[in-house]
Amino acid sequence: MARADQTSPVGKANRSSSPTTEGLHGPHFVTGPQGAEETKNAPQSQLQTPPQRDVQLRTENLCKNYSKGKHVVPVLRGVNLEVQRGEFLAIIGQSGSGKSTLLHLLGTLDAPTEGAIYLDDERIDHLSSGSRNRLRNQSFGMVFQFYHLLPELTTIENVLMPLMIGNNVGDFFFHRRKYQQRATDLLETVGLGHRLHHRPKELSGGEMQRAAIARALAGNPRILLADEPTGNLDQETGREIMRLLVNLNKQENLTIIMVTHDLSVANSADRVVRLVSGQLELA
Amino acid sequence: MYKLLLSLRYLRSRYIALASIISVMLGVATMIVVNSVMAGFSFEMKNRIHGILSDVVFESHSLEGFYDPQARMREIEEIAGEHIAGMTPIVCVPAMLSFEYGGRNVTRPVQIIGIDEDTKDSAGDYSKYLLHPQNREKFSFALKDGGYDIYDHQGVESTPPRDELKETGWPLRRKKAEWLRRWEEEDARFKALHEPRVHEDMEEHPLMDAEAHAAIEDPFKNSEPETPVFDMAKDQRPGIVLGFALASYRAPDGRDRFLVRPGEDVQLTFPTAGTPPRAVDGLFTVVDLYESKMNEYDSNFVFVPIRRLQELRGMIDPQTGVGYATAIQLKLKDPSKGDEVRDMLRSSKRFPEGLYGIYTWKDKQGPLLQAVAVETAMLNVLLFLIIAVAGFGILATFFMIVVEKTRDIGILKALGASSSGVMGIFLSYGLSLGIVGSGVGMAIGLLMVAYLNPIADVLAWVMGQEVFDPTIYYFHKIPAIVDPWTVTWIVIGAMLIAVLASILPAIRAACLHPVEAFRYE
Repeated sequence: MARADQTSPVGKANRSSSPTTEGLHGPHFVTGPQGAEETKNAPQSQLQTPPQRDVQLRTENLCKNYSKGKHVVPVLRGVNLEVQRGEFLAIIGQSGSGKSTLLHLLGTLDAPTEGAIYLDDERIDHLSSGSRNRLRNQSFGMVFQFYHLLPELTTIENVLMPLMIGNNVGDFFFHRRKYQQRATDLLETVGLGHRLHHRPKELSGGEMQRAAIARALAGNPRILLADEPTGNLDQETGREIMRLLVNLNKQENLTIIMVTHDLSVANSADRVVRLVSGQLELA
Repeated sequence: MYKLLLSLRYLRSRYIALASIISVMLGVATMIVVNSVMAGFSFEMKNRIHGILSDVVFESHSLEGFYDPQARMREIEEIAGEHIAGMTPIVCVPAMLSFEYGGRNVTRPVQIIGIDEDTKDSAGDYSKYLLHPQNREKFSFALKDGGYDIYDHQGVESTPPRDELKETGWPLRRKKAEWLRRWEEEDARFKALHEPRVHEDMEEHPLMDAEAHAAIEDPFKNSEPETPVFDMAKDQRPGIVLGFALASYRAPDGRDRFLVRPGEDVQLTFPTAGTPPRAVDGLFTVVDLYESKMNEYDSNFVFVPIRRLQELRGMIDPQTGVGYATAIQLKLKDPSKGDEVRDMLRSSKRFPEGLYGIYTWKDKQGPLLQAVAVETAMLNVLLFLIIAVAGFGILATFFMIVVEKTRDIGILKALGASSSGVMGIFLSYGLSLGIVGSGVGMAIGLLMVAYLNPIADVLAWVMGQEVFDPTIYYFHKIPAIVDPWTVTWIVIGAMLIAVLASILPAIRAACLHPVEAFRYE
């Protein structure tokens, strides 16, 4: 299996040990068995984060309700999650289980009804819209099931889009050669070096998803949020995309949080958690 | 940066939006054409009215006029001398013009203006509308020996040549005299048959002195008994300049046909200055025609020497020999100072209001100019409403595009675009649509103005009806003046409307929640 070749031994070890030790929102075993014991003893309580563990993204009792008329529909009911720096986390769940909602909350596209989200120990869910825009632009990269490339732009322009948004006209124009080089490099990394000036509709599904990944990486994000990245692709293409994500995770030490309903896809990740009736549990 | 890029891309890929700005384009083009034509009309009209009326008119309310215009001119000079470039006294009186055409007497009501041929031109553009080149240089009431312009000298190339003006002036007069002389001879020959007693006399007389006979039998001779021998072939009556439309009519083929031509005599009947006024008449020889192309003037005015008019009307004091005038025309160094000079003269107390009227040319033609201004304003309001209607078309199209682009808006927000940034995309899209629409509209409008007359011809050919009938307007072509400021304002207005129409859809796009945007899948 391709996945096995690319996953580092450490990652394998983590995964193999986690089912026995992790709680719903449990930490990894990178740091040893003590942490796991703690988690097991107090699975729903606030976690004492050991200093040696490097938690990058953390949620506290995250709740999200949607109101439909008079009815309030709870989607997330207290999600506690910790993501390590450089971790590849997969969240699985059935359709409608709220995995996309969770991802949107993490990516500050939506605001939680209750609870808090911390990125590098800074609370991010109640920031001003300007700061959240900047966060989405520079700290998070997002990949979607339907690629969501802008149809009017070429591949390279799509990849440049986060850079154009993040810089004002003058800065972008001043650095445009550097940025264009960066976009070209990224597209070469994802294997699209020959498709720079094609429109999205001239690309295949896999190529579009690669372009979308390159775009997500353009802003040099700390965390990549992927919403069913293989959901619209055939199995083989989906595997290629997963290989690419795993590679990025290992080689660039990029934190990836992926949402999927497909367990076989989720197995490429370091850790898999399941979202059931608005709460996380072990996969 | 992305706003610009995306709005330009949308501009190129959304043809439906381009269709929605065609109405903006047409509105802009129409406004430019209408404004140019209206400006052209009012410019031409003002020019001609102004040329005839002079800058400021100082006039008496009565037909008897005021005594000693020279003294009045000196007083005016004292009051407002620094503004005045020239002055001339005139006598204005309504009259009947009659002349013979096709064997019948033609009678027309006219306004006689007695002018001083030496100073008239210092008070306004008068002689530049005359047909004889020498008169345009230096006007005089002397009949010219032919050489009247056959082609329109005012640059209207489409005017057909006026062949009937060939051989006019003295040649025509001599020819007429010759015909009269022959009739005299012929009549005399047959009269001799019935009156054998004077047979010898009559036999001898026409042969020896045919010209004298012609003078004796001249039907107009009785009106001027003081002239002992008037030789039509060698003498002229006092000169008269007729308005072009009085002397001619425009045939359906667009050619001018003449009822009376330079060299022929006409009769004027007008009231004297006494109380009660009596009708007097005088014979005048047409020396030139006056073509201002303002039908109102060309069909109404005749110009005669002021001295002769004063004599005939009894406007010369028999003791002092000093004349009366009904008005003084003033020309100013700066034509825009008309109101100022008028107010200076009015407030000087030397010219009581009840006795004199002091007007600028704008006061005189106020209602006409006002009507044109009101008409232009109304047209502008209506046409701008058309562009506003086009704005609602843009609004509807934009709403559609925003709905269509819901997902893209979500993506942009997910990539960190702010609400104002998304709004900016659609506002700049609206602006670029406005720029394209009004730019193309401006080009079309200016082209239409440049080729206005060929277009009118094509329209006339297609519809089978003259769009611009020169017999009505007395212009041979549609006048048009492009005012750069007007064009600028129209274009800015159209762009503004396009931007305003895109504000609501842009706000909608900005308020779109990214998660909502992704839900439509």
